[in-house]
Parts: sequence; structure tokens; C-alpha cells
Amino acid sequence: MRIGVLGLQGDFREHLEMLRALGVDARDVRTKEQLHEVEGLIIPGGESTTMAYLLEKMGLLSILRERGAQGFPIYGTCAGMILLARELNDSYPENRLALMDISVKRNAYGRQRDSFEADLHIKDIGEFHAVFIRAPKIVGVGPSVEILAEHDGAPVLVRQKHLLASSFHPELTGDPRVHKYFLEMVTRG
Amino acid sequence: MERLTGTFKVKSGLAEMLKGGVIMDVVNAEQAKIAEKAGAVAVMALERVPADIRAAGGVARMADPKKIKEIMDAVTIPVMAKCRIGHFVEAQILEALGVDYIDESEVLTPADPENHIDKWQFKVPFVCGARDLPEACRRIAEGAAMIRTKGEAGTGDVIEAVRHMRLMNKQIRIVRQASDEELVTLGKEWGAPVEVLRLIKELGRLPVVNFAAGGIATPADAALMMQLGCDGIFVGSGIFKSQDPERRAKAIVMATTYYNDPKVLAEVSEDLGEPMPSISAAQLPERELLQVRGN
Repeated sequence: MRIGVLGLQGDFREHLEMLRALGVDARDVRTKEQLHEVEGLIIPGGESTTMAYLLEKMGLLSILRERGAQGFPIYGTCAGMILLARELNDSYPENRLALMDISVKRNAYGRQRDSFEADLHIKDIGEFHAVFIRAPKIVGVGPSVEILAEHDGAPVLVRQKHLLASSFHPELTGDPRVHKYFLEMVTRG
Repeated sequence: MERLTGTFKVKSGLAEMLKGGVIMDVVNAEQAKIAEKAGAVAVMALERVPADIRAAGGVARMADPKKIKEIMDAVTIPVMAKCRIGHFVEAQILEALGVDYIDESEVLTPADPENHIDKWQFKVPFVCGARDLPEACRRIAEGAAMIRTKGEAGTGDVIEAVRHMRLMNKQIRIVRQASDEELVTLGKEWGAPVEVLRLIKELGRLPVVNFAAGGIATPADAALMMQLGCDGIFVGSGIFKSQDPERRAKAIVMATTYYNDPKVLAEVSEDLGEPMPSISAAQLPERELLQVRGN
């Protein structure tokens, strides 16, 4: 299976390492050509404003939006989730994928001093130790969105058909179960 | 549900999120907005950029909290600020303001002739400069969650950043090949904590993110540092002391992502106007060097 990790900016290395440890042919994706070669894409943590700027500048945004609307599996962590959200409680970044029926508030868990680790219970996965860094908060979900985990009453891992998004960073903890879950989504279509 | 804050995981984690990005020095809200729009991953809030600090001389201190708050209010990306080496009270103030990262920086006048801040005492993460691997190891042992080359700030001359990065790479190669008993000897010779050396040997790289800083003035400079293995770029005076800051900022962001693609680098390097007024680092008298502060 060939899975891409958007390598424009952020912690793409950690995602690539996680996927490779799972035996996946993981590719760093920075161009249209590279995007066409993969069967699914992870958008890593990082700065959503930077990624949105580069996605648009390189002509990747419209292609990815189109593919995403046609069933191409995408998993967004943190900044990646912001790019996937249809509704944003902030003017920035204006140009994003807007594929998932979720409403997201950027930096809603606070500044860096409020970044935290916490234990979650994830549906079909179980107990999971999660790292939240200047995390975006999901403040609303549409009827077609399934909530897979919550923290303090807010959804933190959600799925809408072929799309997956988390407020936290499973790539930082060395626990591959969320990545495995995404790979299964890609396999089953 | 319990939340653990201020752990080393979340401190070094933010630095991981900044990778492949450009952190830009700004002195007001307007510059901060330009930086954010140009694709900066974070801004460094300052009263003066290093070139102006160098020109002004005297004692350079932490910026006015009002200035820092103004910049924090202007942007949604992380905001960093500098404190003097060893000045743990300036650091306490910056933490109270809620800045996202503190740079314990040689660009400001050191406050302690011998010691750096005990960074484990803080919930806010720190970045520190280093000229070689032992210096980086000492800062990590003090709790730094991110390292950058010192380079020679405010010059627009990249040679010192290159020197520091090449030396770190060379020393990492030595550590990787050293046997366990040799690591102890290396630690003794280098003045580097052996626990950190062990970690470097195990990982094959520094245990925290390592950015380039000090003298980066062009997209080609940024790409050079990335090809030498840096994780991202700090640009101090290089942007807002140049003729067309917005254009140059965007070009350096592009060059940091596509550092391996000379075609993109050629495109973004075109027609940027004059770079910052620069000084050859080799011409600086010893007493004007910033990189020798703190060790």
C-alpha cells in the first residue's frame, strides 16, 4: 500500500516513520505528481496557515479537494484537521480543503503552556495516550460524522466515511493503532 | 479527565510541529501579520532585530511586555520571545505573558557569566543556540526542547551558521560510531553530558529539533542550511531589513520547503530586491561577536 504524508511543513517525519514501521510504502508528498502516486494521504501537524499557503501556491489545494470529494482517504492531525474542516471559528486560513462536516476552533485549548497529554478511550481501539499541542477544538459535527473519541466533552477523533481527523498527535507517541485504523479505512475503501 | 501540562513531550512536540518552517523576527503587529501571511510558522517578538541591536550597542534586554502582547494579539501562529542568557526572571515574565517559546539568546546581553537558565523549572519550552554538539548537549541537559545554530546574528553572512551545522554533523557522526566506553571519554573531552550523548547515539541525531539561525539572508541561504540537515530556519534581520520584506519572506518559506529543488529555488530567488545590508563575519573584531556569549 502506498500512503502519502504531506511534506510541506510540520511533523511529517514522525508520520512517515510510523507508517514505515507498519510496513507501508510511505511517501513524502510535495508535488502534484507525488500526490497522484498515493492511495491515501496524511496531513500532519504543523501550522495550518503555512500549509494552506503552500498548498494553494503549488496548485495542490484544488486537486486534493477534488480527490477528497471523490472518496480519496485523508487523515488530518491537528493542522491537518483544520484544513479538512468545513467550518472554522476563525478567518484563517481562508483557503482550505473544507471536506469534513465539522466545525473547528483553532488554538481553542490555549497557548503552548496549556498544551497537554491525556488518556482517551477510542471506539474500536481502546485506551490511548494522546498528546495535544496548541490543539484545535471540534465545536460541532454534522449528522454524517462519527465521534470515535472525546476529551472533556469535546470530540477529538472523528470520522466521516473516508475522512479521519484528530485534535491530537498519535504520531508523537509511538502507538500505531490510530494509523492502523486509517490504513484499514484505505484498504476497505 | 486529567491533563498533564509542561511535559518534555509537549515542549519538544511544538518544535516538531515547526519543522520545515520559517520563524521570522518581527518588531510590531504589522510585521507579524506580514510574516503570518507570507507563511511563517512562528514569529519572534522583539524590540529590535539583531542588526539594530548590533548597531545600537549597550545592554540588550528582554522586549517590553506591551510590545510582546501587541504581537501576540496580532497573529494566530506561535509567538516566541527572547530573554538574556541566565536571566530566569525575564523568562518567568515571558512565561507569565503566555509566549509559546522562549529563546535564551546570545543576541541579548548575557545576565549570568557562568550559568544558563534551569529550563526544567518552566512549563514554557526553550530554544537555545549552539556552536557545536557539546554546547547543544549542555543546553539539552538544562532542559532546552529545541536547538538552533548560533551563526553570527545580524550580519547577513551565513558562514558561521554553516560552520556550526557542519561541526555538529561531524560530531554526530563521531558519536554514532563511538563505543559505549568511548562515549564516556568523549563526554569528558567535550564537556558534554554522557546521557545526552547516549541518546544521540541511539537516535543517530539530536533528540530535539535543530534549526538554523544567525546570518540567513536569502532563499538560497535557507535551502543551504536545510540541505546541511537543519530542521527549519530562523530569519532575524534578513527579512524586515531587506528592500521588499513580504516578497523575500514568501521566497524563503518556499525555499525552506522545496530546498532540494533547484528549479523552484531559481524561481523564488528572482527579482527580490536588495537583501539586508550585510557585514562579513570574518571582519568583525572578537569583542563584537555574539556567538561567543554563553557556552
